[in-house]
Amino acid sequence: MRVALFVTCVNDALYPRTGIAVVRLLERLGVTVDFPAAQSCCGQPQYNTGFRHETEPLVRRTAEAFAGYEYVVTPSGSCAAMIREHYPRIGRKAAAEGRGDALAELAAALAPRVYELTEFLVDVLGVSDVGAHFPHTVTYHPSCHGLRALGLGDRPRRLLAAVKGLDLVELPGAEECCGFGGTFAVKNPDVSAAMGTDKTAAAAATGAEVLCGADNSCLAHLEGLLRRAGSPLRTLHLAEILAATEREPLR
Amino acid sequence: MTATHLGMPAFPAAAREAVRDDVLRANLRRATHTIRDKRARAVAELADWDRLRAAGKAVKDHTLRHLDHYLLQLEEAVTAAGGTVHWAADADEANRIVTDLVLATGERELVKVKSMATQETGLNEALEAAGIAAYETDLAELIVQLGHDRPSHILVPAIHRNRAEIRDVFRAEMGGWGRPAPDGLGDDPRELAEAARLHLREKFLRAKVAVSGANFMVAETGTLVVFESEGNGRMCLTLPETLISVVGIEKVVPTFRDLEIFLQTLPRSSTAERMNPYTTMWTGTTDGDGPAAFHLVLLDNGRTDTLADEVGRQALRCIRCSACLNVCPVYERAGGHAYGSVYPGPIGAILSPQLRGTDSEIDASLPYASTLCGACYDVCPVAIDIPEVLVHLRERVAQGGPVTRDGIRVRLRPAHGRTAERAAMRAARLLLDHPGALRAGERLLARARRMRPRRLPGPGRAWTDTRELPELPAESFRDWWTRERGTPQ
Repeated sequence: MRVALFVTCVNDALYPRTGIAVVRLLERLGVTVDFPAAQSCCGQPQYNTGFRHETEPLVRRTAEAFAGYEYVVTPSGSCAAMIREHYPRIGRKAAAEGRGDALAELAAALAPRVYELTEFLVDVLGVSDVGAHFPHTVTYHPSCHGLRALGLGDRPRRLLAAVKGLDLVELPGAEECCGFGGTFAVKNPDVSAAMGTDKTAAAAATGAEVLCGADNSCLAHLEGLLRRAGSPLRTLHLAEILAATEREPLR
Repeated sequence: MTATHLGMPAFPAAAREAVRDDVLRANLRRATHTIRDKRARAVAELADWDRLRAAGKAVKDHTLRHLDHYLLQLEEAVTAAGGTVHWAADADEANRIVTDLVLATGERELVKVKSMATQETGLNEALEAAGIAAYETDLAELIVQLGHDRPSHILVPAIHRNRAEIRDVFRAEMGGWGRPAPDGLGDDPRELAEAARLHLREKFLRAKVAVSGANFMVAETGTLVVFESEGNGRMCLTLPETLISVVGIEKVVPTFRDLEIFLQTLPRSSTAERMNPYTTMWTGTTDGDGPAAFHLVLLDNGRTDTLADEVGRQALRCIRCSACLNVCPVYERAGGHAYGSVYPGPIGAILSPQLRGTDSEIDASLPYASTLCGACYDVCPVAIDIPEVLVHLRERVAQGGPVTRDGIRVRLRPAHGRTAERAAMRAARLLLDHPGALRAGERLLARARRMRPRRLPGPGRAWTDTRELPELPAESFRDWWTRERGTPQ
């Protein structure tokens, strides 16, 4: 099976180790991974800040970059939700505003082929034990767009629970937003930090060594708060845990 | 809408104060988490909740689509039942109608049932200016009124107050409005409720005029419905000689049977009860039973303009349950006052900028007062996609666009002060739309990684005031792929 990796701009520029982990994990499971170079950002920051027209070129770019792939896999619930939920909406609005049907057609063609990593593993590959080894105590924060927009449900926790040596502890108030919210983090910094501090306090109280998530943008916010506070709690993307094995542990 | 909140600072500044108020934070956290958990249990009891939710949405959408028809049907039914219907295009007209009706009775005081519509119009202030005293009779509204305060929640307007604060307000203020608080009043909830009961009883027995809102109006029968918990509503709706109800035009439903949906979804969503203690329904007037005169003031105040917007109009489905406030992580930290509107929380963030427009600083900031986490949409009993409307209104603020004002389609320009943000978004998009430039930018960052500052200047401070910046990698994913796998496809 051949898939295209949509690494996302945040992972490309700031968290390449997450993208590398996805490649290693998928290849270990027998999947051939391509990285279409024309990809960049899904346009979520522009769209969610109210600049829909500025988003349109990125919708077009993303749709064209992944044309022809049956499966497009991305390690971000938020970016997957952007493409699946909002691209068709952006396309329809462009058509309604008299800019033709091309964007709507591109968006409609891409949306159903995009999979968030845990969806692809559980639903398409049909695995929950990916053969990973990670001998640490981990708590999991389900980011909002994966949780509510995509309905990922217990897929991430099933994958984590099957990791050898991993002790999964429940995060109290897990379903509450961490306060990142894209540009919300800088437009409403006080509320954002207050929400994030409650989240990191709940995570620290579980006694876990690792706060795991499936969206690095949320984790960047939480990691920033933890490091500023000098906390030993470490944030990690789910893909990096799933990529770790006894022979090739996480460095 | 009322001028009370104009000149409010934008949401981020108002929220900053609230976040630093530890007492407020604790009051709100306790209250919202309690009601949030109770609601989840009350909703889980109903196996057909999703169908009730879909049915409520469908009834509201159908009614809004044919609002002209149902409002005329309602007027006819109310008139046939002995009531008088008045039409108010805006807050001022509604206040004028009510003031004139009260003055015509010769009375100079009245009792009020908790009503969002009259808060929206600023009726109490308008009545006061005309020499009419309006007494709030809902316990929490009484606390707010006695405390010269503003409501901070749709259903529990004094949610920001704890019982010690309430005791102090009762002790200091009750005497100035009527029966004083009993000597040595403590902060036991039962004692506080008893003090309120004694204070209010006097008002109920004396009042000749009452003002209410309504949760629903039934077009086919002309019946109005009020849901409440304390019995103060029943007193106001039955004892006085004249009843004046001010109701938003979106509150109409076609048939009596439609109430079966909302009688289930509203109490469970708002107070987490299977059924609220008091549901009062009345149809016009009845000889020898209840008020002899009934006036219905139908309020537009921006609703028809909101209805003209295909995305934004879903906000008019709202039944004011406040489930979205109770589940909102931003409301929980910022409190209701930061929203600068009688409608706080997620619903307020999409309703106020539509009813009032996005011209003021506070209204332009409200669509951004959300992380778009979607918890509000999940709990909404009429399935308002609040995140969708928030993004839609952000577009209105950021890039301008078509909007209806006083029935006329106009094109809004981007809100004031968005030029820098617009330029930054455009620059980011241009960079992201040119992977060659993006790669060059990433390499530049990688070379500068050792210089990673602890504090950024300018707008970047909003991140680094509380958070470290992520450590920059030695190479981007793109470069790793090229190095490991050769030229990408």
